[in-house]
Amino acid sequence: MRAPLSWIREFASIEAAPRDVAETLDQLGIEVETVDEPGREIRGVIAARIIDVVPHPDGDKLRLADVDYGDGQTRVVCGAPNIEAGMVVPFAPAGATLPGGFTLERRKIRGVVSDGMLCSPKELELSDDHEGILVLDPATAVGVDVREVLGLDDVIFEVAITPNRPDAMSIVGIARELAAHFRVPLTVPEPPSRTGGATEAALTVGVDDTARCPRYLARVSTVAMGASPHWMVRRLTLAGMRPISSVVDVTNYVLLERGQPLHAFDLDCLAGPGIVVRLAVDAERITTLDGIERTLTPDDLLICDANGVPQAIAGIMGGSTAEVSEATRSILLESAYFQPMGISRSSKRLDLRSESSARFERGTDPNGVGAAANRAMELLEQVANADVLDGAVDVYPSVVEPEQITVRTERVNALLGTALEDAAVVSALEPLGIEITATNGALSATVPTWRPDLEREIDLVEEVARRVGLNEITRTLPSTTGQTGGLTVRQRERRLVADTLVGMGCAEAVTVPLLAPAELERFGLALDDAVEVANPLRAEESILRPTILPGLVAAVARNAGHGIDDVMLFELGHVFRAPIGDDTLPDEREHVAATLAGQVCPAPIEPDRAVDVYDAIDIVRAVGDALELSGLTLVPASAAGLHPARTAAVLVDGVEAGHVGELAPGVLAALELTGPVVALELDLGILFDGRRRDRAFRSPSKYPASTIDLAFVVADDVPAASIAATLRDAGGALLESVRCFDVFRSDSLGAGRVSLAFALRFRAGDRTLTDEEVGGLRQACIDAVVSTHGAELRG
Amino acid sequence: MNATEAQALLDSKLTEAMDAIASADASHALDNIERTYLGKRSPAAEVNEAIKTLEPSERPLAGQAVSRYKAAIVDALGARRALIGALETDARLASERLDLTLGGHGRRRGHLHLVTQVQRELEDVFVGLGYQVAEGPEVEDDWHNFEALNFPPDHPARAMQDTLYVKLGRPEQVLLRTHTSPVQIRVIESQPPPVFSVMPGRTYRNETLDARHSPVFHQIEGLAVDRDITFGDLAGTIEAFTSAYFGKKVRARLLPSFFPFTEPSAEFALSCVFCDGSGCRVCSQTGWIELGGCGMVDPNVFLAVGYDPEEVSGFAFGFGLERMAMLRYGVAPIKTFFDNDLRFLEQY
Repeated sequence: MRAPLSWIREFASIEAAPRDVAETLDQLGIEVETVDEPGREIRGVIAARIIDVVPHPDGDKLRLADVDYGDGQTRVVCGAPNIEAGMVVPFAPAGATLPGGFTLERRKIRGVVSDGMLCSPKELELSDDHEGILVLDPATAVGVDVREVLGLDDVIFEVAITPNRPDAMSIVGIARELAAHFRVPLTVPEPPSRTGGATEAALTVGVDDTARCPRYLARVSTVAMGASPHWMVRRLTLAGMRPISSVVDVTNYVLLERGQPLHAFDLDCLAGPGIVVRLAVDAERITTLDGIERTLTPDDLLICDANGVPQAIAGIMGGSTAEVSEATRSILLESAYFQPMGISRSSKRLDLRSESSARFERGTDPNGVGAAANRAMELLEQVANADVLDGAVDVYPSVVEPEQITVRTERVNALLGTALEDAAVVSALEPLGIEITATNGALSATVPTWRPDLEREIDLVEEVARRVGLNEITRTLPSTTGQTGGLTVRQRERRLVADTLVGMGCAEAVTVPLLAPAELERFGLALDDAVEVANPLRAEESILRPTILPGLVAAVARNAGHGIDDVMLFELGHVFRAPIGDDTLPDEREHVAATLAGQVCPAPIEPDRAVDVYDAIDIVRAVGDALELSGLTLVPASAAGLHPARTAAVLVDGVEAGHVGELAPGVLAALELTGPVVALELDLGILFDGRRRDRAFRSPSKYPASTIDLAFVVADDVPAASIAATLRDAGGALLESVRCFDVFRSDSLGAGRVSLAFALRFRAGDRTLTDEEVGGLRQACIDAVVSTHGAELRG
Repeated sequence: MNATEAQALLDSKLTEAMDAIASADASHALDNIERTYLGKRSPAAEVNEAIKTLEPSERPLAGQAVSRYKAAIVDALGARRALIGALETDARLASERLDLTLGGHGRRRGHLHLVTQVQRELEDVFVGLGYQVAEGPEVEDDWHNFEALNFPPDHPARAMQDTLYVKLGRPEQVLLRTHTSPVQIRVIESQPPPVFSVMPGRTYRNETLDARHSPVFHQIEGLAVDRDITFGDLAGTIEAFTSAYFGKKVRARLLPSFFPFTEPSAEFALSCVFCDGSGCRVCSQTGWIELGGCGMVDPNVFLAVGYDPEEVSGFAFGFGLERMAMLRYGVAPIKTFFDNDLRFLEQY
């Protein structure tokens, strides 16, 4: 809300500079978003008396005004219809500056020199009124700066109030905080109450649901509708409210001043002289005063007239039927207390928020209802010539009593790290309106009902902290003795995986884990296993990703759109699938994915080469190696979004951990990507759970190695890895390494045949192998491959 | 041939050989010289052959003459060979010149995302302060994200969080966590005090990705629970990690605020890292930059998870990782973090 300093000063004589006041509000937890000084740009505009008004010789609407500005007289051209001799008005002479930084000059208007201008409220940014010149109090001394006359030297603090502080959503509430801080008294005059039975005789008020409406107070008055006086218009405008009419302005004024929302009904428009507060029936309708028809539920509270016709949605917005208008002659003024949660639910469901609902849903003061109504009546008498009916109808069956809370000073000190005495706690709390009595060594606090946030001892500890000043508390560090800081094995290994991918040349991406259904379909991923967002802002972000790749490949495509084709990206993150069994939460796993696109090593020293699936396999291997997985293998497979003949499943100890392969041409085409894009996606949990290589030390053999090469011709679909596995089995412990070094196809081998050449290195740990031993091993390897894979040894 | 004749022959041949060696400019020329003057038909071989025919008294003289002749040539050859070898090596190496300014094969190291770098750096700061790192799921239930954190149903504080709900279970019961705070609950549900943990992770809001908004962002949250933990400890911890991350000259201040799960609650701000607190555009002339929220753990949170608030106390704090990176490196707008433009990723 916007709080003008002049209004705050009406209740507490704050002398501090505006900058210090803003700083103080921040320190008190009332966050100052902006400090506004509307008159800051106005310079040299003074009060002047119009001596004479004559027609402009060459203008049908223009007139000439002779003005006395104290130090002399001059003539200005004016187009406003409302000026008359004798009025005191704001006069901006040549050289004066108006809001927006506009400086006036003497100039000719249709042949007559104008020595400045007379100003409308809009020209001084007082309101949007540009109908005529602003008329000042005739008693105003001429020559005085209008900033002084109009209070334009005011400062407005735009503050953000946290949801726990309904009391601070008012000028009095803010003044109370500042008064406590600056140690000045808070003076809130008690408005006259005008007791009597007249209102009770004239009205009936029935409250059906006293839980939702614990207090309803109604007062009645005749009113003269019209515009509010300048002082009220100015305050409302400075506080960010549009002036409407005297009656509405008064309700808004009291809302701002005291934080108590009020509503004025046109008494003659109510179908009966009274009020019924009840819950709506299902699908009941009301047109609110913004002209929108709203459909209600039995959880919405209605203010109805005595005939039960809805006239307002309680605490949120009035209806259009009994809205006050120029024709209004008498009003019923509502001042009530509604249960906060109910207002919050209705306001949320109806998506309708107002100054009233913002206060009611945080919790207004049930015991401030009467004073607010009295204050409104007092103001109506001043500004709307009101004839107020004595007394009020006040339905308040169960009076809300102030909370009693015990405060232990040692508890305050234990939580804050302070060393306060009882007296310091008392003097911190009392200026906030909290009464303290000391009984048997404990402090007992009586909390005013305008502070619904103070319910427990801890709430008062916070108040003490605020009053002491959070930055005045000595800063210390907790003793973490006995605690060992550190990462878990899994956290360290996650870093290792990321570092490995970085080492392999990939840049880490962070994609938004929300996808469009079309993105899943494009990837051939099933929607029925996916987790949907219930309230997405747009369909593009409506599915929680079941895998990382669709988002990562889209990032590759976006880079290609920027002309960046050689891209290696990876991402580590969570993926989501439908819950397992009776789980409430989804099957949430952590994956790592990478995509490679464009050219590998685009250097002039060798020919460019497009990425291929073997580059992706290098990455899989590097990750497996970094984690020292002993059982990582690849087997041909198919997977969503990947090329059917260029995809392998990655197995860890026989468990499928994910896939590596080339993206299917259809996926590439949909993303307008050309050239191969290869990818991998692995379940980190399965990798982390994999068996690790034995870390027991093995001394490297000192003896020489024997190396032999073997080439086999086999059917084209025999995986090289399975031949290598056969060789490893046949070679046994003496086979130190096996590596496929050549793949060869030719007409002479025959269609569907391939030659695979392997280099085998044998070595023993305790001796030099003899030629006989190596010959025997060689034959065993050949025999095994021939018999297992139908291979022929290539000559 | 007598000894004198032999000596004369060797002397003249030696002079000849020395001239030849001195003028030779290639290894193979020296090889030829060696054959000519020391080989099977060389003067040395001729004299050696003739020695048998000499008087026994002259033989030693002739033999010594041959030895001197040979030694002189071998030395000269060796010296010349070394010289020519070095020249030849130089020439060969010069012919092997490569243009190293072409760069390498083009293999490059990749990059960790800036948010990951910030996260790791902060995790390491907290590990140094004795904290562990805890994690939790990104899809949460209402209990962990709100209820246990003292957000009552229909409380206006819930409206502050634009929650993305998930179509699972009863309506509005399963959601994408709006903060990392549910991990606090998971940590204290799973262990007795003391707790010193930080909880980094992805969080979600119902916002669509544009220049200033993102449906996903990252937070790190800290939780300390033990006997006698005070608000002073909280303020000191915030000062410790912000100065560890931003440098010693950065000051931290706390302003009262409201969060349902802490009391007293505060927002913490840093002296502006761009103007050292003197006021600039980034800090809106205030000299301070808001960073995150913090406070003492509300007793209701302890009660929800079965800790006794009279026995233990604690503090919690949380802030955005993107915001840290934005402050430290001036990255803007927030969308940059999720565009995955390689030009951005490779900058860090």
